[in-house]
Amino acid sequence: MRFDTSPAPHVIAGYTVPRVMFQVLLALVPAGIAHVALFGPGLLLQLSVACVTALLTEAAALRWRGRDAVPALKDGSVLVTAFLLAFSVPPLLPWWLGALGTALAVLLGKHVFGGLGQNPFNPAMVGYAILLVSFPAEMTRWPVPLDVDGTHTWPELARLSFASFYGADLTSHWDGYTGATALDSIRNGLALRYTLPELLGRGDIAGEFGARGFAWINLAALAGGIYLMARGIVRWHIPVAVLAGLLVPSFIAHALDSGGALAPTLQAFSGATMLAAFFIATDPVSAATSDRGRLWYGAGIGLIAWIIRTWGGYPDGFAFAVLLLNLAVPFIDRYTVPRIYGR
Amino acid sequence: MAVRSTFPAGLALDAHKQQACGAPIIELPQPPRVALALDQGSGYSAEPVVAVGATVAIGTLVARANHPYASALHSPLAGTVAAIETRDAATEGGRSVCIVIESDGSGRIDHRVRQAEGAASLSPDELIQWLRDAGIAGLGGAGFPTATKLAAGRARGTQTLVLNGAECEPWICSDDALMRSAADEVVLGAILLRRAAGAERCVIAIEDDKPAAIAAVTHAIERQRNAAQGDHDQRDDELTLAVVPAVYPQGAERQLITTVAGIEIRSGSLPADAGVICQNVATAAAVARWATRGEPILSRVVTVTGSGVEHPCNVRAPIGTPLSALIAAAGGYRGTPLRLIAGGSMTGRALPSDEVGVTKAMNCVLVATREDIGSRLGAVEMPCIRCGDCANVCPVGLLPQQLHRAAVADAHDSLRELGVRDCIDCGLCDYVCPSQIPLADRFRDARRRLNEADAMAARAADARQRHETRTHRLLEAAAAEQQAFESVRNRVRQSGDDPAGGTG
Amino acid sequence: MNPAALIVALLVAVALAVALGVALGWAASRIEPDSDSLVERIDALLPQTQCGQCLYPGCRPYAAAIASGEADIDRCPPGGDATVRALAALLDRAPRPVDPAFGAPKPAQVAWIDEEKCIGCARCLPACPVDAIIGASRHMHTVIAAQCTGCELCLPPCPVDCIELRPATATSLRYRQSRAA
Repeated sequence: MRFDTSPAPHVIAGYTVPRVMFQVLLALVPAGIAHVALFGPGLLLQLSVACVTALLTEAAALRWRGRDAVPALKDGSVLVTAFLLAFSVPPLLPWWLGALGTALAVLLGKHVFGGLGQNPFNPAMVGYAILLVSFPAEMTRWPVPLDVDGTHTWPELARLSFASFYGADLTSHWDGYTGATALDSIRNGLALRYTLPELLGRGDIAGEFGARGFAWINLAALAGGIYLMARGIVRWHIPVAVLAGLLVPSFIAHALDSGGALAPTLQAFSGATMLAAFFIATDPVSAATSDRGRLWYGAGIGLIAWIIRTWGGYPDGFAFAVLLLNLAVPFIDRYTVPRIYGR
Repeated sequence: MAVRSTFPAGLALDAHKQQACGAPIIELPQPPRVALALDQGSGYSAEPVVAVGATVAIGTLVARANHPYASALHSPLAGTVAAIETRDAATEGGRSVCIVIESDGSGRIDHRVRQAEGAASLSPDELIQWLRDAGIAGLGGAGFPTATKLAAGRARGTQTLVLNGAECEPWICSDDALMRSAADEVVLGAILLRRAAGAERCVIAIEDDKPAAIAAVTHAIERQRNAAQGDHDQRDDELTLAVVPAVYPQGAERQLITTVAGIEIRSGSLPADAGVICQNVATAAAVARWATRGEPILSRVVTVTGSGVEHPCNVRAPIGTPLSALIAAAGGYRGTPLRLIAGGSMTGRALPSDEVGVTKAMNCVLVATREDIGSRLGAVEMPCIRCGDCANVCPVGLLPQQLHRAAVADAHDSLRELGVRDCIDCGLCDYVCPSQIPLADRFRDARRRLNEADAMAARAADARQRHETRTHRLLEAAAAEQQAFESVRNRVRQSGDDPAGGTG
Repeated sequence: MNPAALIVALLVAVALAVALGVALGWAASRIEPDSDSLVERIDALLPQTQCGQCLYPGCRPYAAAIASGEADIDRCPPGGDATVRALAALLDRAPRPVDPAFGAPKPAQVAWIDEEKCIGCARCLPACPVDAIIGASRHMHTVIAAQCTGCELCLPPCPVDCIELRPATATSLRYRQSRAA
């Protein structure tokens, strides 16, 4: 009896890229629920425009590059980019900005470099950074979250979200419903010579354990991140290093100047900290290669984010921190090659 | 004595061993015909010493090893040499010259096969020579001549002999079955091998998922110890058992040595350079068979398993038996067999036909159906997403994602630096890759191209040197000739007798 | 923007440029380039067939000609396109195929003397640029396959045309296999 021959190994574990991507999306669900509960359904609107734009842009880009579109679309990687971008931008972003950001993320962040596996930069962060720098007003306008006492109701936030999504002018009727994020308010307050205790005492910036609204989203993202680590999709090195890079300087600064420097808990549970640590910085394509390299990579991201938050012009520094460390990855890789057994 | 794994990473795999390991080893009867491949797995061929038509008996030498990496072949049948021809074989390239012997049913044993009495009193060098004559080769899968390995060890000084009973690869359980049923042979072989190698101690390593084998070998060691009471030559308190974690590839030579002896073998050097020799337990049992019965290697235990056979089992088959006979002994084919693999699922070689003969290096025949290899069949390669899963499992600490990039680009310097030659070809990176990239094959190809490039460079360097030497020689010859001419001319001029008319 | 700030900024930028330029220059002088001369580095990339198809008497003279700019890099058929690419990378030029005017790239080949026809005239011995033919006058000649570069220079001198070129096999290419560790 004759047989076909083929090289070893004859079995594989059966992990696939779509499965990895799907697990990441699943882990984002808790954060999504918290987001919608506290900031209204705007996230869902952003998700829909981001996902549709991402898929269409990817299909077009693949066509343009002469590649087969369907297998690449099925791998789900562009959906992860869309999700991360949708989570990072304010839920009130007009639809055409969401579409622009996503299209730029897919084109300039991924396909211009050769598609899946070739991008040196995190595509979602490329899109976010372009939007932030080009449209600073729209990109820093968040709804006042529902866990600030005595403000609004969820249906009102829903109406606001739809209105803003379709491009309504928010300065007239919706004025009291929007504002800066907690980190933004703190930064502005400190610049106006208020102390932290004064700012935090007002109660509308931060709650029991973190920034209003964002604390719950961060907690949910942390839960999702732990799930990913338990499933082996994400290894501990990058998240732990990012948090250490952010919280260690924060701890020191807060110990030295508790009136002017944010406490580590506030740093950890505000802005995009947990999202960045577990979902954004862990993008494997643009991260460092070896475990030791990933520790340096994560620590660098945390540290630069802390620097931007403390002294920089933007309220949350993770997007730029990630992009800067993406630049540094070849350098990190060169000096953190693991020792080969026997050498 | 339980030992912790100390080589990097590795992965615990589904063993698939229970199916075959339950029943006792089936002794296959003599087949009507055997095909002995001259290359028994080491990559180097023996040379026939019989011609077509010659009569042979069981144990007759039919091929001599004229190269230190080849091993001698003995006939497992009594009969006639029917042909010496190229056939499908379980070797590199899929084809080899084979000596085909047809049985005459007489079962005559060659008179040269005799009690190797006094094996205990042979000197180590004599032992090594007798092992070479018996064609003893590594039965763990490499087929490397034992005598050559031991001689290299003696030359460099061996402290430790490690007996590899790990058998880490999924599906294979021939060593397990052998240890359960012939633990005394294994222990006797260990003692002989230790003496031949000149080692101070011997450690038998067995994975912790084989409790029956561990018990059997433990008792065999005790029996040996009791029997040798007072025999000062048998330093058998130096024979110990180490239970090692069942992590693939625990049974890989370098990794096992790291776990058991705590030494890392330097890249590019041999275990013998570090004072360690590693031998398989089946090889030890074969050595014991030769010492007690005078038998050269005539048969070996092979696991016949997979979803493609009715009753997976272990069989003892004469070398050269066509695999169809082994499959028949396992109850025949079941379902739709898709691939016939010599070895396990991670490093085994797919064979083109079941008429291929058993070789010394063949420890398992895996008849695979879609149930067993479906995951690989359905694999579609995607771009590398640099997830790093491959690096997390590599037992050598390499970065397969970087190696893959270098292999695709054929960047030889990067390949060398990243250690493609340190890769032990275990297949784990390939196994875990979510993009389903055939990494193991890419690296094999990269190594081949590196070897070709190195060979070309060596040839070029040699040609350059020869050319320079020749150029130099011609210049010197021309200069010497010129000088000779000048001296003759001067002599002629001085003597005043110049037939050229004084014009010079 | 006040002019004083502009001038200060300009001065700082110029000072940085000068300082960094000096530092780079110092670093460049301290970091040694490869000690091999250019000719040797080019020669290291050539296949050492010593066949003369490039119209130079050997690989080394051709390497010297490339280094001096006298010859172009696409003249070596035994090296093939791979050698041209390697030379292009070394010399920072555009790669291209081997110029067909100098010959066509052939697969690796070794010379073989048909012993039935060889008359032992010894005319092929001096022709071989790497001394790969052994023999003597009125004795059988043979080619040492492992040393033969396939240059074909032994064909013209043979008066009985007993030399032919055969494709090199893995065995004949396996160079000093015991050395490969």
